[in-house]
Amino acid sequence: MPLIRLSDVTKIYGAENKHPFTALAGVSLQIEAGEFAAIMGPSGSGKSTLMHILGCLDTPTTGEYHLEGDNVDRLRGDQLAAIRNKKIGFVFQGFNLIPRTNAVENVELPMLYSNTPPEERRRRAAEALRRMGLAGWEGNRPNELSGGQQQRVAIARAIVNDAPLILADEPTGNLDTKTSAEIMELFVRINREEGKTIILVTHEADIAAYSRRIIRVRDGLIVDDERREGR
Amino acid sequence: MINLGVTGRISLRALLVNKMRSFLTMLGIIIGVGSVITMLAIGAGAGQKLSEQVSSLGSNLLMIFSGSATSGGQRMGAGTEPTLTLGDAEAIRKELSAVAEAAPFVNGVAQAVYGNQNWSTIIQGTTPPIFEIRDWNVTSGRLFTWEDVRGATKVCLIGVTVAENLFGGIDPVGKIINVKKVPFTVIGLLEKKGESPDGRDQDDTIYLPVTTAQKKVLGGAYGDSVRLIFVKAKSFDRLAEAEEQINALLRQRHRIGAKQDDDFSVRNITQLLQSAEQMVRIISLLLMAIASVSLLVGGIGIMNIMLVSVTERTKEIGIRMAVGARGADIRFQFLIEALSLSLIGGALGIVLGIGLAQVISYFADWPAIITPASILLAFGFSSGVGLFFGFYPAYKASKLNPIDALRYE
Repeated sequence: MPLIRLSDVTKIYGAENKHPFTALAGVSLQIEAGEFAAIMGPSGSGKSTLMHILGCLDTPTTGEYHLEGDNVDRLRGDQLAAIRNKKIGFVFQGFNLIPRTNAVENVELPMLYSNTPPEERRRRAAEALRRMGLAGWEGNRPNELSGGQQQRVAIARAIVNDAPLILADEPTGNLDTKTSAEIMELFVRINREEGKTIILVTHEADIAAYSRRIIRVRDGLIVDDERREGR
Repeated sequence: MINLGVTGRISLRALLVNKMRSFLTMLGIIIGVGSVITMLAIGAGAGQKLSEQVSSLGSNLLMIFSGSATSGGQRMGAGTEPTLTLGDAEAIRKELSAVAEAAPFVNGVAQAVYGNQNWSTIIQGTTPPIFEIRDWNVTSGRLFTWEDVRGATKVCLIGVTVAENLFGGIDPVGKIINVKKVPFTVIGLLEKKGESPDGRDQDDTIYLPVTTAQKKVLGGAYGDSVRLIFVKAKSFDRLAEAEEQINALLRQRHRIGAKQDDDFSVRNITQLLQSAEQMVRIISLLLMAIASVSLLVGGIGIMNIMLVSVTERTKEIGIRMAVGARGADIRFQFLIEALSLSLIGGALGIVLGIGLAQVISYFADWPAIITPASILLAFGFSSGVGLFFGFYPAYKASKLNPIDALRYE
């Protein structure tokens, strides 16, 4: 059973308008558990829309989406929220940490919405930070951390609920080359050592190079799907 | 639903980030709740003070004053022309069906002397029905009787203040005091009556049988006349009837023609106090209405600032939704934040209200009564305002689309 199975997924915005916009024109895709895949494409190619649908932030107009065998393409807001909470960890380009809230509390956030008891929350959040090499930075707020450190906090937050799927949207877009490499090594490690499935959205070839599969998107369609040796 | 403690902490932190803004937002609630508390306290105090006065005066009371004298074109005020007589008082008491009791009063000021002590005090002459009308009693000795009135005996009753000043600690009953060089036997010590409605010490008085006062103390100026007559109607419902009967009787007794003015005036004390009570109630209600407007404005302020807060934190809402917050979680968070604003404001308002009530009560010499019910009411009001005006912003936050919210800068 694949982790992700998209069958002929379309996304059309403004379907009721005179000039609807087709973001996804029919995408079929399977991703197995434990893969490290990159979605590449120029802006306007539909890769963001694809990521939103994969991340259960949005639902397809037509077509089916199975996540871990469950059909999720017709779920409503709160059901999608529950899926995101348990099965998906997000890492964004802009880190998206909550300001004025320290590192450990930011990492605790997903567990806040899964009714994890406070002691366990604190313990697991500290453990996730430690694994990201941030032991001792628990009490620091985002504005007291470097970009690389902030992104590590975000990755800790993505893995803390033990979600099988990590979605990273341009995770190195705001980082310098050296820090980018460090962050990408972290993803590789999470993928290898913990068996997490990682889907990376990027337009940088040297970032995509860390993955073992590159899915190229253009005009709402998958134009290339290349499996390769990762770094 | 996420944990209340965590949500409370998130809310408080959000409020502390903008301390000034939070405080200004609360101000409407603080003022509203503060005035509600003050009004309730002052209103309750006023009610208590008035009802104390009503009971100290006795119920269903009318007062009849002598007409005003005119001297060289100047009208001298009620009671200056001694038109009322003992006979009037007796006629009112015996002849009128709506009247239960009536007692006349004459008064003056004189120096009372006992041993080497002396004290200037008020001398009142009256008749025994006054004890029933005003519900007066002695703590020791006895009251004077009709016998004493008929015989104009030299006996007196004294108030607590007089007893303290003339006798110090010793029991005054049976002692002889001199008033205007006339010796009087103290036959009783009256119960403490406290202040009159106009703030006089009612215990600083010596009471004599009315005839004794007229003949032995106050001198010929009075003759047979009295200064005023206290009348107790049979019941509250018959006060107006009693007033009419008194008017008719006195006009007849004083031979006042149809076109002439009365040479006396009747005042309905109970009604006066009741209309005062009514006035206090109306004023309290008015002030409460103003307070509720302030609460309403405060609530709108909360709604306004919560809408700003939701917009400012759109990104945060997006992040929370991305990691799994449901609509209800977001709604709950912002509702708790609005509730915190209004409850903290309410608590500060209660403190302000209590303080203000104390200050007013200190300067106005008016009791302020803060009841648990009024504090509960204030808390109820402020939490109601928080929930009501917090709901829309919270609802709006919960309906955000996570993708749009995450993109918001």
